[in-house]
Amino acid sequence: MAKQSSGLLGSLGFVKSPGAPVPHRKHTSACETVEMPVPASVTIVMSQHIGAPCTPCVKAKDQVFVGTLVGESTAFMSAPIHSSVSGTVKKIDTVLMPNGTKAQAIVIDTDGEQTVDPAIQPPVVNSKEEFIEAVKQSGLVGLGGAGFPAHIKLNPKDKIEYLCINAAECEPYITADVREIMENHENVLYGISQVMKYVGIDKALIGIEDNKPEAIKLMQEKTAQMSNVEVVTLPSRYPQGAEKVLIEQCTGRQVPPGKLPSDVGCIVMNVASVGFLGGYLKNGIPLTTKRVTVDGSAITEAKNVRVPIGAPIKDIIAFCGGYKGTPAKLISGGPMMGTALMTDDFPVLKQNNAFLAFDEAEAKSLEPTACISCGRCVNACPMNLMPTKLEAATIYKRVDDLKKYSVMTCMECGCCAFVCPANRKLVQSMRIGKAILRNAGK
Amino acid sequence: MDGKLIVSSSPHISSPVKTKNIMLDVIIALIPSLIASIYFFGPRAAVIVIASVATCVIAEYICRKVMKREQTIGDLSAVVTGILLAFNLPSSVPIYVPIIGGLVAIVMVKQMFGGLGQNFVNPALLARIILMNSFPVLMTTWYPSGNFGADTTAMASPLANIATGNVDALPSYMDMFIGNIPGCLGETSALALLIGGIYLIARKVISPIIPVTYIGTVFVLSAILGQDPVAQILCGGLFIGAIFMATDYVTSPLTNKGKFIYALCCGIITCLIRVFASLPEGVSYSIVLMNIIVPLIERATVPKPFGTVKEAK
Repeated sequence: MAKQSSGLLGSLGFVKSPGAPVPHRKHTSACETVEMPVPASVTIVMSQHIGAPCTPCVKAKDQVFVGTLVGESTAFMSAPIHSSVSGTVKKIDTVLMPNGTKAQAIVIDTDGEQTVDPAIQPPVVNSKEEFIEAVKQSGLVGLGGAGFPAHIKLNPKDKIEYLCINAAECEPYITADVREIMENHENVLYGISQVMKYVGIDKALIGIEDNKPEAIKLMQEKTAQMSNVEVVTLPSRYPQGAEKVLIEQCTGRQVPPGKLPSDVGCIVMNVASVGFLGGYLKNGIPLTTKRVTVDGSAITEAKNVRVPIGAPIKDIIAFCGGYKGTPAKLISGGPMMGTALMTDDFPVLKQNNAFLAFDEAEAKSLEPTACISCGRCVNACPMNLMPTKLEAATIYKRVDDLKKYSVMTCMECGCCAFVCPANRKLVQSMRIGKAILRNAGK
Repeated sequence: MDGKLIVSSSPHISSPVKTKNIMLDVIIALIPSLIASIYFFGPRAAVIVIASVATCVIAEYICRKVMKREQTIGDLSAVVTGILLAFNLPSSVPIYVPIIGGLVAIVMVKQMFGGLGQNFVNPALLARIILMNSFPVLMTTWYPSGNFGADTTAMASPLANIATGNVDALPSYMDMFIGNIPGCLGETSALALLIGGIYLIARKVISPIIPVTYIGTVFVLSAILGQDPVAQILCGGLFIGAIFMATDYVTSPLTNKGKFIYALCCGIITCLIRVFASLPEGVSYSIVLMNIIVPLIERATVPKPFGTVKEAK
C-alpha cells in the first residue's frame, strides 16, 4: 500500500514532512474498559449528530428501558436516539451545548435495573435496503467525533472500492479505539464483513498507528485468513486519523477540497462504529453506551470507562477518583481537536471518546509573540496550506486572500498551532477566517 | 468542582520549541565560529563581538521603551543580530564601527519596521552594507590571522587576490577551510561554520535547502565561469552567508520550493558580482537583493492545497 513517508530527505529537511510530532501520552492503552455505575439520572440530548435534531417521542412520567426510542426525526440527515437506561422520564428540557447552542434533551431518572426494552430483537437483514434500514434504526453516527449519520454514509451513490477502518487514534491520551480492537475484535471484523457484503465493497483496510503494536499484531492475526481485509501500519505522526490523510495513507488517493471520501471510491468508518455495528447486527441493542478515555493531569485515576450516553461528565470523573487538585481545563475529545468545556455538568454524547482534565500548569495558554515566518506551520499543514498567510488574511479581513489561500480546505487539525514557536492562535484564526469568508458570501 | 474552567480554541497542547529556544540554538551554533575568531584574530575579536551584541540589545531595549511596545530582548534575536554583525567586520575596525552597525541594524532596519518578524531585509547584512559604504577603507583592511593586528602590514583578502588576478598569493585549501586567512571575524573558518550549520540542521532549526543550494550553485557556476570553485566557496562570506544569513526566517521564503529558488538566485548573483562586478565579494549584496524579492517568490510559490493535484498513481 502507498505509505506516505518523507524518509531520509524528509528527516533532513529537504522535503515537506506534513503533520506534527505530538506527544503520545497513551497512559491508558493497557487499561481494560470498566463499566461505571448507573448514574441517578441521564440527560439525553436530541442533537448528537450532524443534521436535523430529533424530536422527543416520549413525555414526562413515561416508562423507558435500555434501547427504547426516545427521539426521532423525519429529516433525511438525522439519526434516531435511544434511552441508555431504564427508568422514568422526568422532563423534556432545553440544555446548553458545549458549542454555545441550545438543544432539547430528555432527562431520565434511572431505576438502576438497566432492563433492556422487551421489544428489542436482532434486525433481520437480507438485502442492502434492510441493512441500511437496520443501521438507521441502530442510531449509529460516526463515533470518531464527527457524528455523521452512518446510514447515509453507508448508502452512497458512487461505487465504493475501499472501506477504510480508522483505528489510527492519532490524538494524544485517547485509547478508546485501541481498547475496542483489544476487547471487541470479533464484532469489529463481523461489522467489517457485513458492511462489505451489503454495501458491495471488495477491500477493507484497517489503518493503525505504529505506536499500538499490540493492536496491529492482533488484527494481523485475526485477518490472516481474510484476503480482502488488510491491516495498514501508519507512522505515528499526527494526524493520521484525519479522514483525508487516512484515505491517502491507505489508498494513495486524495479527496479534493469540498468533496467526500465516496467521490474517490472510499468510505471511512471509525473502528468503534464498525465494532458497534457488528454487535448490533447480532443482538439488536441500539447505540446506548460509549467507551471513553478519562485522563489528564487533573484526573486521579486515568481509565477507560463504558458510560451510558447522557451520563453527566462529573459522574464519570467521580468514578475515576475525582479531580486531582483544581482542574483548570476540561476537554471533550483529544487535546489537538477537542472542545474545551465550561462545566462538567454536560452529558455524554454519542460521538464523545475522551474527557481530559488539565491542571493549571498544563492548561496555561501561552501569550502569542511576533510571527518570525519560520515556516513550521507551512511545513506541518497536512492540507498543504499556508497558515501564517491565512492568519494575516483573517486579521486584516482580506476576503480575497482567505479564498486564494484556501481557508475552507483547513480541517482544524491543530498541527500549525502546535508547532508554532510564537504561540500564534492559528486554528482560532482559521475558524474566524472561515466565518469571514462565509459572511462575505464567497 | 469549584473555580472556573479555561475555555479556549483547540489545540490545547503545544510544542516546547519556542522562538527563544530557536534563537538560543542559533547562538550555540555560532559558538564554534566565535572560538575560531578569537583563536585567529585574538582578544580583539571578543571585544568587537561584545560591543556589537551590547549595542544591539541596548538599542532594542530603548527602542521598545520609546515606542511603548512590550519588551522583546528576552527572545534573544537581538543577540543573534549582534553576533552576526560582529562576524561580518574585520578585526581591526575601531570600536565605533560595531556600535554604529548595531544601531543601524536594530533601530533602522528592525525596529523602525515593527520589530522581530517585520524587517524585510536581514538587519546584520544591511548594517554591514551601510558600514561598507560609509567606511570603505576600515571595512576592507585585513590583517593576517595569528598576528592580532599589531605592527603588521595589512594584506588583501583571498577574494581580492582572485579579483585582481594575483592567484599566486592564495593560501592553501586547508588554511581556507580551517580559517587561517585574512577576512572578517566569523567568516574565515568554513570548518567552524559548517559545525554550526550541521547543528542547526540536526536541531531542525534550519532546512538544509538554502545552504546546500546556495553553496552548490556558487561551486558549479564558478567552475563554469573558469574560477577555482573550491577557493570560491571557502573564501569570503559564502559559508556564513549561506548558513546563517540567507536562512534568516523572516527574510527568506516559507516553502521549500521558494527556498530553493531564493538560494539558487543568491548563488547566481554572488558569482556574477564576484566575477563580473568591480567588487571582490558579493554575498551580502546578493542576499539583501534576494531578501527584497522574497515577497515575489512567495507569490509565485503558493503550494497547491491537498487534493487539488492529481497524483500520478
